[in-house]
Amino acid sequence: MQSYEDILAQLYEILEPLVPSGRTLQEDTDLVNDLDLDSMRVMKLLLAVEDSFDISIPLNILPHVRTVKDFASQVQQLTGEGQ
Amino acid sequence: MTTIFDKLQPLAATRQALLERGADFFNTVMERIISPTEAVVDGRRTILAGTNNYLGLTFDPDCMDAACQAVRESGTGTTGSRMANGTFAGHVALERELADFYGCRSAIVFSTGYVANLGMLSGLTGPGDVILIDSDCHASIYDGCRLSGAEVIRFRHNDPSDLNKRLHRLDERAANALIVVEGIYSMLGDRAPLAGLTAVKDDYGAYLFVDEAHSLGVIGDHGRGLAEEAGVEERVDFIVGTFSKSLGAIGGFCVSNHPELDLVRYASRPYIFTASPSPSIIASTRTALKILRTRPELRTRLWNNAHRLYQRLTEMGFLLGPEPSPIVSVRLQGKEDALAHWKKLLERGVYVNLVLPPATPDGGALLRCSMSAAHTPEQVDTICEAFASLREAAGSAQQPEAGLSS
Repeated sequence: MQSYEDILAQLYEILEPLVPSGRTLQEDTDLVNDLDLDSMRVMKLLLAVEDSFDISIPLNILPHVRTVKDFASQVQQLTGEGQ
Repeated sequence: MTTIFDKLQPLAATRQALLERGADFFNTVMERIISPTEAVVDGRRTILAGTNNYLGLTFDPDCMDAACQAVRESGTGTTGSRMANGTFAGHVALERELADFYGCRSAIVFSTGYVANLGMLSGLTGPGDVILIDSDCHASIYDGCRLSGAEVIRFRHNDPSDLNKRLHRLDERAANALIVVEGIYSMLGDRAPLAGLTAVKDDYGAYLFVDEAHSLGVIGDHGRGLAEEAGVEERVDFIVGTFSKSLGAIGGFCVSNHPELDLVRYASRPYIFTASPSPSIIASTRTALKILRTRPELRTRLWNNAHRLYQRLTEMGFLLGPEPSPIVSVRLQGKEDALAHWKKLLERGVYVNLVLPPATPDGGALLRCSMSAAHTPEQVDTICEAFASLREAAGSAQQPEAGLSS
C-alpha cells in the first residue's frame, strides 16, 4: 500500500498544470473553489488520477472530496482496497 | 444569513444574460402544433427539427383514434399507482405486447422514460452493489444510480477496453456488476459498440443493461434497437426504452428474460409511488407499437432524411457527431456562437435543440437536430438551407468560423 505522502506527491504532479498562476498547491487547497474546476475538468481530473493510480474512483465519494487532502485520503483507501 | 434560494441566484444571472441576447430557448412556446414536423413559434410557421419524434406518429390517425376512444371508455387518468389503485387491463396488454415484441419473458411499464431508468436501477441494485456506466449516459441513468445507493463507476465513453480494465479491478465483485449503456447516445447520435461491450461483460459474467430510448423503432431489422442490430439480444439482461420518442406518447418500459424482473415492481419506489400511465397513453402506445412492427418503410424514410441532412451538413463543413444517425448534432466550441446560430435558425423558421455544457459530452455546445420519418424532402432542404445561411453569414462578416470544421 502506498504511503499517504507518496500519494500526495503524485497528486500534486497531476494537479500542478491546473493551478492558476500565483497560487500554490497545499493539502487544504479547495479543488473546486481554489482551482476553478468546472464539472467537465473535474471529470477529466478523475480519469487522470484513475489512470495514474490504476484505480476506479466511485462517483459516490465525490461529495466527500473537497480538498487535496480529502482526495489523497480517498485515493489511499482505494489503492489499499486493491492490494 | 443564507437562504434556500441563494443557490438559484447564479441561474437567475445566466437566464438574464440569455434574455438580453434575445434568446429564451428554454422557454420556447409552441403556440400551435400543426403536425409532427411543424408548429407556430413567435407567430411564425416553423419546421420542428428537434423533437425525437422519429417515426412521426404523434399525429397518426390510428394512434389518435385509439387515444380518443380510450378516454371515452376509461377516462382521462388512472389517478394513482397500480399498487394502490389497481392495474388497468391496458397496462397488462401493453406489457404482454412489449414482451412479445422483444421475445422476452416479461415487461414492466413505467410512467416516463426517466422513471423507467430510476425505477429499474434503484429496484435492481442497492448499497453494496456496483454499477458501471458509460460516461455519456443520460441524466436519468446517473439519477437512478444515485437513488439506488450502489457504488457507481464510470468508464470511458464507448470504450470496451476501459470497461474491461475497470471490471478487472473489481476482482470477484465483477461477476455481480451491472453495466449500463445506451443504444444510440442522445447528444451526438453515436451507437454503443455493443458486440465488444457484450464480449467483455461475458468474460466476467456481469449483467448488461441497455437503454434503447433513441434506438427503438430506429435501428434493427424489426426496429428493436441496437441489441437487435448487433445480434446480441440474447446476451443483454435488461432493455429499457421509452414511449416518448418513436412511439409518440410518454412512458417507459423494461423487458427481460430474468424471472426476477417481476419482483422489481415491489422494490422500485419510482414504480410504486407514481401514478400509472393514463388510458389514452397506453392506447396510443399500443397502436404505435403495432405500426412500428408493421410499417418498416417509416424507418427507411427516417434514415433517408437522416443521411440527407448528415451529408449536406458535412458538405457545408460543419463538425458533426461521428456517424450518420437520426440525431444530427452540429458541434460548436463557444456558447456565444451556439446561441446566435440557434436564434438565427429559429428566425428562419427552423427549430433545433440548443444544448449547452454541462449537458454536452465534451464541454462544447450543440445545435442538435433530430430527424423524423414525417419530414418531407422539402422540409429537410429548408433545414439545410437555414444551416447554409449560418455559414454564409459567417463568411460575409469575415468572422472566424468558430466551431466549423473547415
